[in-house]
Amino acid sequence: MKINVDEAKCCGAGQCVLLAPEVFDQRDDDGVVILLEAEPSEHLHAAVREAAAVCPAAAIELSEST
Amino acid sequence: MSPGDGEQVLSYPIPSEAALEPPAEWAALRQRCPVARVKLPSGDEATLLTRYDDVKQVLADPRFTRLLNADDAARLSDNESGGLFSTDMAQVIPDSGEGHQRWRRLVGKWFTAKRMAALRPVMAEMAEQLIDDMIKRGQPADLKACLGFPLPVYVICDLLGVPAADRDRFAYWSDTLLNLTRYGQTEIDEAQAEFIQYMADHVADKRAQPSEDLLSELIKESDADGGRLSDVELLATGMALLVAGHETTANMIGKMVGMLLADRARWERLLADRSLVRSAVEEALRFDANPGFGMPRYLGEEAEVGGTVLPRGTTVICSMAAANRDESVFDGADEMDLGRSPNPHLAFGSGAHSCLGQALARTELQVVLEVLLRRLPSLELAVAAEDLRRVDGLVVGGLREVLVRW
Repeated sequence: MKINVDEAKCCGAGQCVLLAPEVFDQRDDDGVVILLEAEPSEHLHAAVREAAAVCPAAAIELSEST
Repeated sequence: MSPGDGEQVLSYPIPSEAALEPPAEWAALRQRCPVARVKLPSGDEATLLTRYDDVKQVLADPRFTRLLNADDAARLSDNESGGLFSTDMAQVIPDSGEGHQRWRRLVGKWFTAKRMAALRPVMAEMAEQLIDDMIKRGQPADLKACLGFPLPVYVICDLLGVPAADRDRFAYWSDTLLNLTRYGQTEIDEAQAEFIQYMADHVADKRAQPSEDLLSELIKESDADGGRLSDVELLATGMALLVAGHETTANMIGKMVGMLLADRARWERLLADRSLVRSAVEEALRFDANPGFGMPRYLGEEAEVGGTVLPRGTTVICSMAAANRDESVFDGADEMDLGRSPNPHLAFGSGAHSCLGQALARTELQVVLEVLLRRLPSLELAVAAEDLRRVDGLVVGGLREVLVRW
């Protein structure tokens, strides 16, 4: 799994951080997403997929091709 | 097909008797008339959207603006001002583009997931205290009045640096400003004037003597980087946070507990597995059939939604709650499934304008639920679920009372 985040779209809702804090964080100065781990290990995939599905700004893109 | 072809013009909000059940019209509208003509309390007409995809598209589409004070925009209520969404104050915060993003990011940093997590102990302490007071007063008790209503005001006052002694005044102003029909225009105007005066004084105090709260920080930082927020912007921000963050969360606490206790198997499932609290809160947000008015938007140019071309000047009402029951997106949409995942509900909107305080609301709801499960595991409704009653006249929907025993 490879993750791309779109900082310009991000609205700082923080859902991704609540769901997968090992993978996502938010910048202290404006709340915009920080991608900690672009290729997270397998046990985090479910949480990352959920984060992408519920992101209100659709700012998380996943490519899952192997 | 033109909006509402062959359909009688519905009155909106759609009247509904049962407090926790959606109006029957939602399913019919989604299937047969997803872009429907409706008549608002003012008598003006608007266009109601009920399908998930349409609501989601419009909420994230910048052509659909918040400029509800445009000359040809539908007035929501018959108050002279047309209600909260079209006050001058609502226009101070930039609607779109760079101005909006600047404001959003200045304020939004205060509502990050980490900051909200840091507030958990304070919120839990407030919830414990309020529950202690409720227990002392005896049962049955109105959980909404004892816990749901005060907690979010306490939290917002805390964020804004407003002293505890003024919390009750804040609660009254918030209630009045959000009402479409319960208060007269004079009361609404007076409450707004009082609130604006209070906040203006408060901003001036914070300028003179900054402390650790959000307003002080906004003043400091916006001064430092040149892109400062004006006094009017600061005032509007304080007002927006109160109006957006109080009544909504207060009512949601009452409705969430009401829904969980209406079928006590839900409460028992949570007692058996506390790890479900997070997804249970999301499901309560999705399942809320009584969220209030929905989100109005004003269309500045012609646009197509759900196969229908809407002319420029159309006022659109997005029913996020109807969208959240859309079977094409949510399996078993009319079942409350506390473990539902993923749950991409639209309770907080979508896109660049989605609720700024959603992490705050989620955290408050999770904390309240955790504390209630721990302190009052035997909690139950003291009235039949069918006897729960909706509040009237608010932009935000809720239950009048949530009488409980334990």
